Amino acid sequence: MTAAAGQPGGPETGTALDGAAGVSGTAPLLSASGVAVSFAVGSALAARIRHQQRLLRAVDGVDLDLARGEALALVGESGSGKSTLALALAGLRPVDHGEIRFDGRVLPARRSRADQRRIQMVFQDPYSSLNPRLTVGGMLRELLRVHHVVPSGEVEAYSKELLTLVGLGPDALRAYPRQFSGGQRQRVAIARALALKPDILVADEPVSALDVSVQATILNLLRDLRGELGLTLLLISHNLAVVRHLCDRVAVMYLGRIVEVAPTARLFSDPRHPYTKGLLAAIPRLADSAFSQVAAADSGPAVAGDMPSALRIPAGCRFRTRCPIAQEICGTADPALTQETGDPAHQAACHFAFTAAPPAAAVAARVAAAPPGVVPGVPRQRQRKD
Amino acid sequence: MSEMSFTKSSGAAQPAAGPVLEVSDLHVQIAARHGTVRAVDGVSLEVAGGEALGLVGESGSGKSMTLRAILGVLPPEARITSGQIVLDGVDLVPLSNSDLNRIRGPKMSMIFQEPMSALNPVMRVGHQIAEGPRVHLGYGRSKAAERALDLMRRVGIPDPERRFRAYPHEFSGGMRQRVMIAIALSCDPEIILCDEPTTALDVTIQDQILRLLARLCAESGVSLIFVTHDLPVVAQLCQRVAVMYGGQLVETGDVRAVLLDPRHPYTLGLVRSAPDVEYVRDSLVPIPGSPPSLVTPPSGCRFHPRCEFAEEDCKVLPTPLRVLPGGRSTACLHYERCQDAVAADRVGP
Amino acid sequence: MSAISFPEPVLAAEAEEHAQPRGARRWYRQPALATGLILLGIIVIAAAAAPLLTPYDPIKQNLGASLLGPSAQHWLGTDQTGRDTFARLLYGLRTDLRIAFIAVLLPFCIGTVLGSIAGYFGGWVDSVLMRLVDIVVAFPFYVLIIALVFVLGPGQRSIYIAITLVGWVSYARIIRGEILVAKRQDYVLAARAGGLSAIRIIGRHLLPNVITQAIVYAMSDIVQDILAIVTLGYFGLGVPPPTPDLGSMINDGQNFLTTHWQLTTFPGLAVVVVGLSLSLIGDGFADLIRPGQL
Repeated sequence: MTAAAGQPGGPETGTALDGAAGVSGTAPLLSASGVAVSFAVGSALAARIRHQQRLLRAVDGVDLDLARGEALALVGESGSGKSTLALALAGLRPVDHGEIRFDGRVLPARRSRADQRRIQMVFQDPYSSLNPRLTVGGMLRELLRVHHVVPSGEVEAYSKELLTLVGLGPDALRAYPRQFSGGQRQRVAIARALALKPDILVADEPVSALDVSVQATILNLLRDLRGELGLTLLLISHNLAVVRHLCDRVAVMYLGRIVEVAPTARLFSDPRHPYTKGLLAAIPRLADSAFSQVAAADSGPAVAGDMPSALRIPAGCRFRTRCPIAQEICGTADPALTQETGDPAHQAACHFAFTAAPPAAAVAARVAAAPPGVVPGVPRQRQRKD
Repeated sequence: MSEMSFTKSSGAAQPAAGPVLEVSDLHVQIAARHGTVRAVDGVSLEVAGGEALGLVGESGSGKSMTLRAILGVLPPEARITSGQIVLDGVDLVPLSNSDLNRIRGPKMSMIFQEPMSALNPVMRVGHQIAEGPRVHLGYGRSKAAERALDLMRRVGIPDPERRFRAYPHEFSGGMRQRVMIAIALSCDPEIILCDEPTTALDVTIQDQILRLLARLCAESGVSLIFVTHDLPVVAQLCQRVAVMYGGQLVETGDVRAVLLDPRHPYTLGLVRSAPDVEYVRDSLVPIPGSPPSLVTPPSGCRFHPRCEFAEEDCKVLPTPLRVLPGGRSTACLHYERCQDAVAADRVGP
Repeated sequence: MSAISFPEPVLAAEAEEHAQPRGARRWYRQPALATGLILLGIIVIAAAAAPLLTPYDPIKQNLGASLLGPSAQHWLGTDQTGRDTFARLLYGLRTDLRIAFIAVLLPFCIGTVLGSIAGYFGGWVDSVLMRLVDIVVAFPFYVLIIALVFVLGPGQRSIYIAITLVGWVSYARIIRGEILVAKRQDYVLAARAGGLSAIRIIGRHLLPNVITQAIVYAMSDIVQDILAIVTLGYFGLGVPPPTPDLGSMINDGQNFLTTHWQLTTFPGLAVVVVGLSLSLIGDGFADLIRPGQL
């Protein structure tokens, strides 16, 4: 199933990376450290008058490694900063802090054309991501010529090959985007991204704008392409079902930070961050046990409340405002991504991620204070797995 | 409203209490430049009191058009050409717009996908909720405001006294949808029509809204028609489900029966093509081909060009819904094959 | 390859619902556009074929035949120097239409380029250009043009310069606004991800998507330019005398308005008809294009 081990070598660069846990011992292909991206919101003039910059910290210090050949998912709700991070990694959004390394080399703020080519993107909305005035052939020809991907005599043949690869006929070359359905447009967008023979394909919600039955064809296509071309895939999605189907590893984002990273199976079977647990519990499912689950009146929501605005990030742990197990320490100390002893692959940014039970002392204290027979403060166990 | 009615699993026949809403043989046509689009083509539905009916289909299946026809808010180029929509014993089809206005609100209301565009951006949220009771129930200013506050509490808007005077843009997406629900509930309707109300929301917020809707259904006995393309959402909330394809119903029945053990290849296709968190397959099974043209629909069964079980007779014979044992019905002539395929799927993984 | 996918049929039937091909909205289905095109067609052909339609020279004076009324020889009579009014009308249209079409091109090009740069790059470039635009816009169009031509001296060259200096701002504003919207589309991001240069993205990806708005505006702008040229001619600031020009014809004929009304009325009517046909074309063209825009 995984093609991760398919490309063992790659050009070995001499630099030993000091970046934290990769998947295995090999150096990561793409590595972000301390990446932060923020926007100024509101009018610049108003900000200048008030002598303040209204900074929205969309991505707020992210460390992330992407190994060659792996498929990594970046999961989170809207406002979590996942798309912004993807754009930053693809070099389409300037980074305020931190650095992005490709093959061990720090990428400059303005990337060269050759660097740009290495990371290609597929966007969410296939209706806005294709230029309505260009034919598919025109679109591909331009990229191929600018980058001299193939000799100019072979451009046409290579374009046809690309279209066949994504499951479109060669006659699509002369068609305009408006002549395609949504799914076909997304295939064109994938062909365009693959045209430059990138090392990394960043797909930002590639199926969420498509109908269910069409989603499956695109997901299968991405999976097959990965196997066939040995692509490294960074999938941005809010849909954990899609992620589980396609990816080897998952990073969960919340309010500009990564709160948990783990191999896919591990994340789904043994989530450690309370947000991940809630996210998993909130997914509607088709399994037998799930029917009318919601109708059971006694159960509370998987995660209560709303995500705070990125303009007003809570002090301490940023999830504490919605966290069922929040304690005093969560309001004062910002938890870093930590790993369980001996397992660098699974990391979570929660004070109580790898402690067996929620802080026993704190619970005990509250039990003592509460009237007998009531056990407050015990987190709702909402994990269907057990 | 009896609280027990929604627990009945067989929805086809409701001997005790008649259905709240009964749609029979509804046809909606849209005049378009390239011909007449038969957007809804002979749809019959029943919704019992306190029941949540899921109406499932892909874009262009006619599910939203059905909902709009029931509410009487079709786009100007569309019209109901035949059929009946009976709500509480009254046929809505021949009613004038002003008559419908007396029914929309106290009898039925709607929740939209995009609460931001459905809410008035320059009117205080509390006043928007209080508007219905003032117009339809003849409440005075203070009584309506009291009701609005009560509704805000019921739909889980924290700090309602302060939020009453806020504007929609000060609310998050989930809170706006709660406001929409409060507005929909404000005149105690018999039925609420929901058009993909959770599609634009994040999964944790969707979970909150689904739980809220389920609770309101159980508490107040209001019925729901829940239009969505998302099968798992239907599984969580609804008791019965109706699947639409190409403007027609292809399968109806108890939600568990239809989604776990489909008797129509299109339903089977939808279930198989959707990725599921619990069940990871080597490869998803998409439905080949593309949706049918509604101007010149395929003859016979509309799904036959994409169907793996299609036979010669599927291309010619009409495929009305046929009742199967267990209160369910299917439009498929060869539904046994689905049964076999489902059984094979079970054995597989 | 076959293992890879389940190809949907290429060019699905569904596509027909998403977008009507341009050809489906034929130009002759638009009454305004059709009327405008036919009117303008007749005028342009008549002006171009002036030597074939009239035997008279528009410049050569014939004092013996001055101020004749309409007749079989002189359809619209003659002016005070004995020149055939119909001939002068046709040649005058020739001059004014030519100047107007050329005069619209320069501001169109300059405005488009500057507007794209301002819209795409933003920042200080945008601020500087837009302040410049504000300054020009602060003056009334005709007043500014007349003042400029007055300063530069009469003649075609001055007209071109004046109209360009004043006219580019409208195009710059339109294009800038359209680019600001269009550059948020993902295809621009995709082009950037493809390592394409800013010039290429503007020229090949953005302009084809936004230029139609500027073209629609150009149609109404020509009307404005023709009116400006005629006005300048009327004030004696336009094309120097012997060359026929509608504005100077109106001015010359003004003295004989009570006795020889045709000397001013027909050039005036010609201006109205040209303006009307161009406006109709502009409106019809806008209707034709807008529904197709995303």
